[in-house]
Amino acid sequence: MTKETVERIQNNPDYQKLVKTRNKFAWTLSIIMLVVYYAFILVIAFDPSLLGAKLGSGVITVGIPIGIAIILIAFVLAGIYVRRANGEFDVLTQQVRDELKEVA
Amino acid sequence: MKKVTLLVLLLSISLFASGTIEGEIEKQPLNISAIIMFLLFVGGTLGITYWAAKRTKTAKDFYTAGGGITGFQNGMAIAGDYMSAASFLGISGLVYLAGYDGLIYSIGFLVGWPVILFLISERLRNLGKYTFADVAAYRLKQAPIRTLAAFGSIATVILYLIAQMVGAGKLIQLLFGLPYELAVVLVGTLMILYVTFGGMLATTWVQIIKAVLLLSGATFMALAVLYQFDFSLESMFAKAVEVHPKGQAIMEPGGLVSDPISAISLGIALMFGTAGLPHILMRFFTVADAKEARKSVFYATGFIGYFYILTFIIGFGAIIMVLNNPEYLDLAKQAISGGSPILGGKNMAAIHLSHAVGGNFFLGFISAVAFATILAVVSGLTLAGASAISHDLYANVFNKHGEVDEAKEMKVSKIATVVLGIITIFLGIAFEKQNIAFVVGLAFAIAASANFPVLFLSMFWKKLTTRGAVIGGSLGLATAVMLVILGPIVWVQILGNAEAIFPYKYPALFSVTVAFVGIWFFSITDKSPEAAKEIEAFDAQDIRSQTGIGAEGASEH
Repeated sequence: MTKETVERIQNNPDYQKLVKTRNKFAWTLSIIMLVVYYAFILVIAFDPSLLGAKLGSGVITVGIPIGIAIILIAFVLAGIYVRRANGEFDVLTQQVRDELKEVA
Repeated sequence: MKKVTLLVLLLSISLFASGTIEGEIEKQPLNISAIIMFLLFVGGTLGITYWAAKRTKTAKDFYTAGGGITGFQNGMAIAGDYMSAASFLGISGLVYLAGYDGLIYSIGFLVGWPVILFLISERLRNLGKYTFADVAAYRLKQAPIRTLAAFGSIATVILYLIAQMVGAGKLIQLLFGLPYELAVVLVGTLMILYVTFGGMLATTWVQIIKAVLLLSGATFMALAVLYQFDFSLESMFAKAVEVHPKGQAIMEPGGLVSDPISAISLGIALMFGTAGLPHILMRFFTVADAKEARKSVFYATGFIGYFYILTFIIGFGAIIMVLNNPEYLDLAKQAISGGSPILGGKNMAAIHLSHAVGGNFFLGFISAVAFATILAVVSGLTLAGASAISHDLYANVFNKHGEVDEAKEMKVSKIATVVLGIITIFLGIAFEKQNIAFVVGLAFAIAASANFPVLFLSMFWKKLTTRGAVIGGSLGLATAVMLVILGPIVWVQILGNAEAIFPYKYPALFSVTVAFVGIWFFSITDKSPEAAKEIEAFDAQDIRSQTGIGAEGASEH
C-alpha cells in the first residue's frame, strides 16, 4: 500500500465513519462483558454469601440464575455484534473498497 | 488404505488381548460397546484423513484447509478445540465435588470469547495467513518477533499436550483396560496420522465430528437427569443438596477462589490466555473472510456456553446418581481414607453417570467420545506447534534471505508433526506419575503473558516497536514461568517446600502486567530509525486490519 493510498483511505469519509462507529461499538460491548464478569468475580472474592442467598423457599440460590445469565449475556452480546458487523459495517467496508477501485 | 486397516486390526487385537490375557482388569471391565464405537470413530476419521489428504496439496491447504471452512463449521471446530476431555470431565468433576464452583470456572472460560470477537477475530483474519505470528510480525522485524511467538506457541502447545496425554493415558487405562503406555502411543500415532496426511482439513473435520458427538452425548445425559425430576431444576438441586456431604454449600461459591487477587488473576489468565492459544488463533485463518471469522466466534460462543450449562447439570446428576451409589464406590480407597470416593476419582463422575443413565451401551458411547475428544484436541495442538516450527522458524527466521519453497516448508511441517508427536508420546509416559495440576495453568499463563500482549498491541498500538515487543513479551514469559515455579503448586506440592515464595496459584495478573508495562516502556524509549519505520507502517496495517483490503483470500478449488 503506497503512502498516497493510505492517505486517501484515511481521508475517505466512509472509512472514517466505519472505524469510528465500529471501534466505539466493539469497545462498548467489550467493556459491558468485562464489567459483568469482573463484577461477578469480585462478588465471589469479597462477599460470596451474596450469591449464596436463597431465592425462595427452595434450595436454589441467587448465584444460579446469575451464573446462567452471564453465559446467556456472552452469547447475546456476540449475536448483537455479528448482526451489526455483518450488515452495516460490511456495507461500509464494501463502499470503501469500491471507492478505492474507482480512483484506481 | 492398507495402513489404515492394519492399524485398526492391531488396535482391536491389542484391545481385546488386554481383556483376555490379563483377565483381571484394574478398574473397569472390558466394555465391548465402547471399543466398537471407538473403532468406528477411528475408522471414520481415518477415512476422512484419506479424503483430506487428496485435497491437501499446497501449504495453504495444509495450514488452513485452503481457507474454505464456513463460519458454522469453524465455530463447531473452535468449540471442539475448547471442549477438551479436561473441560468435559474436569468441570463436571468439579461440579460433582464442589457444586457452584464448577460454574465459576466455566464462566471464566466462556467470557473471553465475545471479547475476542469484538476486538480480535476479524483483524486477525484480515492480517494473518497461517499463524498468529504473521499478525504480530506484520510491520515488525520478522526474525525476533517470530522467534518469540514460536517459542510461546511451542511452549503452550507442549504443556497442553502433556496434560492431554497424561489424561488420555489414564482415561483409556481406566475405560478400556489398556496399559498406560500403549494408550499414549496409540493417541500419539493416530494424531500423527491425522495431521501429517490430512493437515488442517482432516484436523477440522475430526474436531467437528467429535464436537457433534460430545454435544449430543452430553445433551442426552443432561436430559436423562432432568427427566428424573420432571424437568424441575428445584427438585434436582434439592435432591443434590440432600445427598451431598457439603449440603447447601454446593449451591454457593466455595473455596475455588478465596481472595480477590487470585480471583482477578484467574479471570485474566482465562480470558487473555484463550486469546493467546496458538491452536485456537490458527482457526481464524481457515475461513474465507472477516465475515465468516465473526460468525465462527458467534457459533463457538453458543456451543461452548450450551456445553457448560450441560456439564453443570451433568455434575449435579452425578451427585445424585453416582455419589453414594455402591456400584461406583472405590472400596479399596474407602478402606484407607474413608468417605465415599468413586472409582477413578472425581474426574470420572461424568463417565459413571453415563452408565447410570444409559447402561453399558451409553457408557461405551461416552467413553469413546472422551477418547475421541482427546484425539481431536491433540491433533489441533500438534498442527499449531508444527506450523510454528515450519512457518515461523523455518520459513521466516532461518530462511530469511531466500524465497522459501512451499513444498519444502510443508515437508518441514510434516517432519515437525512427527517429531512433536514422538516427543509428546515420551513426555506423556515420563509424566505419568507426576503431579501435572500446574501444567494447563502454566500454558494459559504463558499464552496470556507472552503471546497475547504482543499480538494485541501489534494490532492496536501504533507506537509498538520490535524492541518493545521482544523485551516485554520475553519478560512476560519469564515472569509467568518463574511465578508458577515459585507458587504453591510447584514450590510446595511438588518440590516439597514448606511455604510458597509467591503466594498465588495464578500468576497472570502480575505477569500480564509485566508484559504490558515492559512492551510499553521499551517501545517508547526506542528511538532507532527502524522503530520510526515500524511506527510509520502502522497506518497501512491498520487499514488492512479494518477493511481486509489486501487480505488473504480462500484458495480456488
